[in-house]
Amino acid sequence: MNETRVPIHSDADIIAARHLGRKLAEQVGFSGSELTVIATAISEIARNIVEYARSGEILLRTMNQGNRRGIIVVAKDRGPGIADVELAMQDGYSTSKGIGLGLPGARRLMDEFDIDSKVGKGTTITMKKWIA
Amino acid sequence: MNTMKKQPLALVSNESTSALLTELVAHLRQNRTQLREEWARRITESQLLTAMTKEEIFAEATSVYDNYVAVLETGAVEALQAYARDLSERIIPRGVETHEVVGIVLLLRDVLARSLFKKYQSDFALLNRVLDAYEPAANRIANTVAVGFVQERERIIRQQQEAIRELSTPVLQVRERLLILPIIGVIDPQRARQVTEQLLRGIRSNRAKVVVIDITGVPAVDATVANHLVQTVDASRLMGATVIVTGLSAEIAQTLVTIGVDLSKMKTIGDLQGGIEEAERLLGYKVILEATETTGAMKRPTTV
Amino acid sequence: MRVPILKQGDYLIASIQSALTDADLLQLRDDLADMAGRNRARAIIVDVTALDVMDSFAVRTLRAITHILRMRGARTVIVGIQPEVAFAMVQLGLTLGDTMTALDLEEGLALLSNGREPR
Repeated sequence: MNETRVPIHSDADIIAARHLGRKLAEQVGFSGSELTVIATAISEIARNIVEYARSGEILLRTMNQGNRRGIIVVAKDRGPGIADVELAMQDGYSTSKGIGLGLPGARRLMDEFDIDSKVGKGTTITMKKWIA
Repeated sequence: MNTMKKQPLALVSNESTSALLTELVAHLRQNRTQLREEWARRITESQLLTAMTKEEIFAEATSVYDNYVAVLETGAVEALQAYARDLSERIIPRGVETHEVVGIVLLLRDVLARSLFKKYQSDFALLNRVLDAYEPAANRIANTVAVGFVQERERIIRQQQEAIRELSTPVLQVRERLLILPIIGVIDPQRARQVTEQLLRGIRSNRAKVVVIDITGVPAVDATVANHLVQTVDASRLMGATVIVTGLSAEIAQTLVTIGVDLSKMKTIGDLQGGIEEAERLLGYKVILEATETTGAMKRPTTV
Repeated sequence: MRVPILKQGDYLIASIQSALTDADLLQLRDDLADMAGRNRARAIIVDVTALDVMDSFAVRTLRAITHILRMRGARTVIVGIQPEVAFAMVQLGLTLGDTMTALDLEEGLALLSNGREPR
């Protein structure tokens, strides 16, 4: 099992997280295009930490389930938490006019996406992608 | 499949086990030469790694042995994982198979275990303790190497499959800077993604300015296909290419509109031939700003 | 890291060399706004060939650059978006709106000198 932990405190750490995510995904065996997709999703949730919680961490791990392999990305922070998760996750795909919304965008890029957030406690986002 | 504990091996056990492992490592280092030779000999006897020469087998045996001892010592498998991947990358093209790799690692485990038997045979209790310390580590090592090999093999197979798919996907360059992508039949999402990737890479390598996507051969579209088509068009445009979609039947056009696709954003032309002609027109069309003598800088567009 | 901005005739060319932090992107926006005004640039080209990821922040900033520069009378062309990046962008639902794009610097310059309308 390969696990990497990336502390997220500044926007420079966003780049570090994407870079390490890309490398780990490469080890798992994802193709070129998927590497960029994964790095982009990591970028979105890492920025979410910097913007709302100021600091947190991202855990990157490979997954092995029988025949399937993939990558799991967990973003944890002890920030203010999201009051209305459903609202935050509203996919404004058609209404955002192409400017993109971080979290819904990341969800669209990954295969599985989960948010666990409590106001005043913090947020944990778990995303997974499997090799097709 | 057994789940492997992540802690360093030395921490899993108590102090005396850690001391035993240290002694074990010392023993393996001391007897490095003869244990390696014995192992290499048994590999050849068992008719494993027949694709490699005796020298090559001994050289790899040395690397595996040293990595093996290092894992026993440090408890960390990352170096071994990296080595296993590297080794696999080298021997897979030589035709070495999974059972051979598993076989040689188990042989090493056996060679080392026998060596331990010999050393501690006078003290059965101690021998048992040593084996208790050794076994989990040895199993973990065997697993790491086998899994590394299998994963590498799968990666190579996928790469080869991808290469085959690339050969069979038609992104055609019929004129300079013009690409044609005829889509035929029903394609699954994975293949659709691959076709798009190929097209986009083709735009870069051919420096294509116009792309004609022909969907004459597509029987029907649903939301997924429509979405994919729109994404392909948009991504091509991000790379500076103009996209013309041809072969859009009235039914499919209607379906797309119903799904919510904004057809006004797309250049569409009835048939492929028409699309190619339009593409050529676009490629040959230049606006030249001319100045006339009498009126100074009067500009008039001219077609070339 | 500051993005080098070169002047070529009436154009400004910003050549991004490596991954940019959010702060770098905002700096680029401010530098371009400033230089475009001072040099009365007619157009700027931003070369993103070196970017291996373009996320929502990068896209928002590029669109902001286009908007600000339009108010200073300059057009913006983004060049060098890589295949994987373009694909990831559209899957994320990101577009560059009115901003023009071209394959590379050469095509970007051709686009500007042709005076052609955006596609």
